[in-house]
Amino acid sequence: MVSVKQIGISFGLLLSLLLVACTTSTGNANPKNTSGAAFGKPISEQALVLWNIDIRTQDGQGLPPGSGNAVLGEKIYNEKCSSCHGADAKGGPMYGTMVGGIGSFKTNTRVLTPGSMYPYAPILFDYVRRAMPMNAPQSLTNDEVYALSAYILNLNGLVDKTAEMNSKTLAAVQMPNRDNFYVDDRPDTKAVRCMTNCK
Amino acid sequence: MKQYQKEQLLEMVKSSEKDIQADISITHGRRAFLRSSVAMAGSAGMLGATGITAAQTDVLPIPESNKTMGKQLELESYGMPSKYESKVKRRRSDILVNKQQYSDWSMTPIQSTPGIVTPNGLFYERHHNGIPDINPDHHKLVVHGMVAKPLVLTMNDIVKYPTVTKFYFMECSGNGLTDWLTAKSKTVQQTHGLLSCAQWTGVPVSWILDEAGIDPKATWLIAEGADASGHYRSIPIDKMLDDALLVYAMNGEMLRPENGYPLRLFIPGWEGNVSIKWLRRIKAGAEPWHARGETARYTDPMPDGKWRKFSFVMEAKSVITNPSGGMKIQPGFNEIRGYAWSGNGKITGVDVSIDGGKNWQTAELEEPVIDKCLTRFKFNWNWQGGPAQIVSRCVDSTGYVQPTVEDIKKVRAITGFVQHHNGLFPWNVSASGEVTNGIG
Repeated sequence: MVSVKQIGISFGLLLSLLLVACTTSTGNANPKNTSGAAFGKPISEQALVLWNIDIRTQDGQGLPPGSGNAVLGEKIYNEKCSSCHGADAKGGPMYGTMVGGIGSFKTNTRVLTPGSMYPYAPILFDYVRRAMPMNAPQSLTNDEVYALSAYILNLNGLVDKTAEMNSKTLAAVQMPNRDNFYVDDRPDTKAVRCMTNCK
Repeated sequence: MKQYQKEQLLEMVKSSEKDIQADISITHGRRAFLRSSVAMAGSAGMLGATGITAAQTDVLPIPESNKTMGKQLELESYGMPSKYESKVKRRRSDILVNKQQYSDWSMTPIQSTPGIVTPNGLFYERHHNGIPDINPDHHKLVVHGMVAKPLVLTMNDIVKYPTVTKFYFMECSGNGLTDWLTAKSKTVQQTHGLLSCAQWTGVPVSWILDEAGIDPKATWLIAEGADASGHYRSIPIDKMLDDALLVYAMNGEMLRPENGYPLRLFIPGWEGNVSIKWLRRIKAGAEPWHARGETARYTDPMPDGKWRKFSFVMEAKSVITNPSGGMKIQPGFNEIRGYAWSGNGKITGVDVSIDGGKNWQTAELEEPVIDKCLTRFKFNWNWQGGPAQIVSRCVDSTGYVQPTVEDIKKVRAITGFVQHHNGLFPWNVSASGEVTNGIG
């Protein structure tokens, strides 16, 4: 039978081993799976057709068949979007404007709209299809989403009112903010650990 | 002690209690502590340097709780905090108030969370279209795209893998965005409460990717939620293979719905919104997707009209949580307490200044000090009673020193809705002990 004292010693030993393990660890990477556990079941891409809705927005990869223009888009917008975003997408009871702001980024007041901010037009399709309207996301048809995308682009002066947006034309729209992004280059500050008389 | 001195002292104690603002939770312990420190300071002032306090002679009554049976044990229950702690709650921002509560956020009362673990009911929230109510029996995770064998896993499958459990902080990239240049928020909950820390349990993402046979040409993955915004982010594969976890439990229980029940991604040290909640899908690709949430949102305004994208890591940062905005302190001993953390590694040092950053002294770090986890620091302060500005500064294991807002302003454009505020954050202490936001 193991005495209480022995349990105490072994627990203490275990604790010190754990502490050594913690203090000597340099990174915090995950361990490898050495267990052999593998519980995923195969599934075909075909079975994922309703889930596979992401669009690679820089080239439109993943945009589905369908089309629509701003004339139709305006009707859908007034029916399903204006209650939150306001008439002509100029801002409503819930959200701010979705029109304008192009050219504002070099001023002290940057106005962020799909027109001024999105680097790639297919972001409109991707976001509207998955997330809008907020009270019924994924309820719009692909034609309706193309039409709404066309309407917002048209209000921002980026496409004509009758221009048909589809998987090719939407990806080809040149957005004004396209070339203004660059990848994280931090650390961008070089603070020093001054201790006395620092400023 | 003379009678009038006693009355004066009693009056001071009473007024100090009145001064504690309702929105700052102070425990019984702290109240008692304040009372005794007031008594000490008051006595020292009135009796001179001897510090001798007359012994209390009033007989302490027997507490009611010693004479009354307690509440009986419940046959089944989920325990809740004392009713006297009912003010300790998550709260929305008072400054940037959304007109709806679906795409919204709540903030952790970090002035009232001792230690490094945030209780699950106080963990900060950010949702993009509400909190889904997902039955774990119906939930599925799929892994597909540039893999040899697309896979589907149920929650029963996922919980069968060997477990990996780690402590990590989580911080929203927008933490502090209301208070870059001018003091807007009153409390540290409002300035820094998009910050929490938990012990997370789950399965390494790398195990599932190995199982699916990731294509060597795949360089990015998306993770997508099963919520009504279908929120998703592109994440470089190296990070996913290194330390990312598929998490189903936090702090000793299954995830709360608002934290992603039944399954979320957890990306250590990176901005919270990449740790996709209600995770339903991982897809491998050869480029990032440039979703709305990584272009129009969660990017940083830079000089000359530019934007910085994929700025994932939350750089080293610290803040004093006690005393902090809305509190009132008394002369004498005050422990300065706070949190320090870094998405790039461990905290190796924290310094505290009581003169607004001119002179600094090293604070004590409280164990455990863990990689990409909140670290507690403490500093003994004997406040003499004059105006002071208290501020903390941390250093991490890469040697990075937490910058001032001025340092950041030199290299970024602080205009509009600016993310990734890790600048030094001062609190002003007035001559009468009121603590207020010292930014600007």
